[in-house]
Amino acid sequence: MKILVCISKAPDTTSKIAFTDGGSKFDENGVQFIVNPYDEWYALVRALELKETIGGTVTILSVGGTDYEPIIRKALAIGADEAVRIDAAESDSLYVAKQIAAYANGKGFDIIFCGKETINFNGSIVPGMVAELLDLPFVSLANKLNVNGNTATIEREVAGGEEVIEVNTPFVVSAAKGMAEQRIPNMRGIMAARTKPLEVVPAAAAEAATSVKSYSLPPAKSGCKYIDAENAGSLIQLLHEEAKAI
Amino acid sequence: MSVLIYAENQNGKFPKSALEAVSYGAEVAAMMGTDAIAITCGSINGDGGLGNAGASNVWVANAPTSDSQLMGKLIVAAAAKANANVIIFSHDVAGKMVAPRVAARLDAGLVPGATALPGADFVVRKNVFSGKAIADVAIHTTNKVITVLPNSLGVKNTGATAAVEAFAFDAGASRITVKEVKSENKDGEIPLPEAELVVSAGRGMKGPEHWGPIEELAKILGATTACSRPVSDIGWRPHHEHVGQTGVTIRPNLYIAVGISGAIQHLAGVNGSKIIVVINKDPEAPFFKAADYGIVGDAFEVLPKIIEAAKAFKAAH
Ligand SMILES: Cc1cc2nc3c(=O)[nH]c(=O)nc-3n(C[C@H](O)[C@H](O)[C@H](O)COP(=O)(O)OP(=O)(O)OC[C@H]3O[C@@H](n4cnc5c(N)ncnc54)[C@H](O)[C@@H]3O)c2cc1C
Ligand SMILES: Nc1ncnc2c1ncn2[C@@H]1O[C@H](COP(=O)(O)O)[C@@H](O)[C@H]1O
Repeated sequence: MKILVCISKAPDTTSKIAFTDGGSKFDENGVQFIVNPYDEWYALVRALELKETIGGTVTILSVGGTDYEPIIRKALAIGADEAVRIDAAESDSLYVAKQIAAYANGKGFDIIFCGKETINFNGSIVPGMVAELLDLPFVSLANKLNVNGNTATIEREVAGGEEVIEVNTPFVVSAAKGMAEQRIPNMRGIMAARTKPLEVVPAAAAEAATSVKSYSLPPAKSGCKYIDAENAGSLIQLLHEEAKAI
Repeated sequence: MSVLIYAENQNGKFPKSALEAVSYGAEVAAMMGTDAIAITCGSINGDGGLGNAGASNVWVANAPTSDSQLMGKLIVAAAAKANANVIIFSHDVAGKMVAPRVAARLDAGLVPGATALPGADFVVRKNVFSGKAIADVAIHTTNKVITVLPNSLGVKNTGATAAVEAFAFDAGASRITVKEVKSENKDGEIPLPEAELVVSAGRGMKGPEHWGPIEELAKILGATTACSRPVSDIGWRPHHEHVGQTGVTIRPNLYIAVGISGAIQHLAGVNGSKIIVVINKDPEAPFFKAADYGIVGDAFEVLPKIIEAAKAFKAAH
């Protein structure tokens, strides 16, 4: 099985979110970057499990600048065989999807794994775009994935529950919680990652379809109104009369 | 020219998120001086209330809603017929499946999870960094696709009725076979992403056998239950209840958090809630910083008082 996993970079979940240059740029000062949790915990780990049970290769692919290399090495340390970085700024989802599709086209990947969404842009749209550009089926928000021959059985989230579907390879899938358990890279993996191949590919010609004009922070909460525990029942009255929430 | 909206039909009913998308589309259409056309699949009763949400026309098609590829083709065909270059979805499961395909097919810029109407030059507001920041995103292409974040803009009722007609579409064979559909929600319970009232609890509850008061309070208020990640990881509660960075994102009118510390990854899934109530025995719990109402105390002493008051309130209203 030939598997591609699309890996994006995200600020550590505990990072302080701030902006510079008049709200036009994310302030990376002091921010630790990680592999986007959905891409790492769910997509990559499930891809590695499939490789371990049925054989094959796991290639990871990122669209981004040289600043991506530390997180690419981390994904290699977890167990991917090789990495590709498309040397392009990740300016817009359609642009990123076009880069991924241009690379994957004709390479014969059986499964293209993505994460459910990036925790910085929260788009949940790159995987569906990649599928459309490659004319492949797309299974979104998958919680479980098993492969038998060239047929995959996938459980995915639908409104109000779950759906079990079958699809033949090749296809694109976006991974959500439940797909796999997090793996911590060990020393051997970290050492091995240093010498695994990382190919840098130039960007395909494409235009960004959207751009962020400015960032801002949401208005701060006006503060917490404390209710005495002895008098906890009065919460209900406040929620009705003051907050108008019930 | 017109604005096309995909309205997800759930067994003959349109969830609030679908009506919100239609209402959003109708307002965009009004801004552009054109009509809002809604397209849906399956059978509906009358206009399904879509006229009241702002659609002038409702097109009803037959296509397998679980296949994003065929649904994408359907929407692209409908957009061509409607001569629409603005296409709206809800940012729900269906929208996340189909909208990116439509955008890629039409070479359209897509803003996922809009929280406001487009401004001048089609700049659309959305949440980023899991609700910790806001971005204003410009769409540069002629064709534009927007998915609307559920529970953020509401529905403007017009009192009107839409003209309903069939939309002929030959979907062709699907490459996806649906084997089974499992409903996770108990009868009558509102699914978490759509719930307006949520009662949630964390590790502070000490064990699954102590969830009685959480369920009871939720039942009295007509709320849906949720939990923190460790609670679902250790199997105290089902996985679909897990809210936060790696779980479900919710935006209810009321979120009551009991025995949850308020870690940043938890907040990422709930910080869009309009009113947050925190009950925690530790006055230093970080959740109080994000709360509108706070009670410092032991959940096992505080909850019975709230349940009693809620019962009395429901009896009187
Ligand atoms: C990448 C990443 C992603 C994550 N994603 C998520 C996510 O999606 N959702 C999520 O929830 N977490 C997530 N986490 C975990 C998160 O960091 C916290 O560990 C978790 O939210 C803590 O859960 P908790 O508040 O239930 O438990 P605890 O942190 O153990 O807090 C329990 C709280 O209960 C209070 N308490 C104890 N006894 C009582 C009592 N009798 N009455 C009242 N209060 C009491 C305590 O004071 C304490 O504040 C993630 C972590 C990482 C690193
Ligand atoms: N720059 C990127 N490089 C590689 N994959 C990406 C990139 N951006 C997004 N993806 C993939 O697309 C998924 C969804 O991203 P998004 O649509 O931005 O929320 C991510 O979880 C990744 O798997």
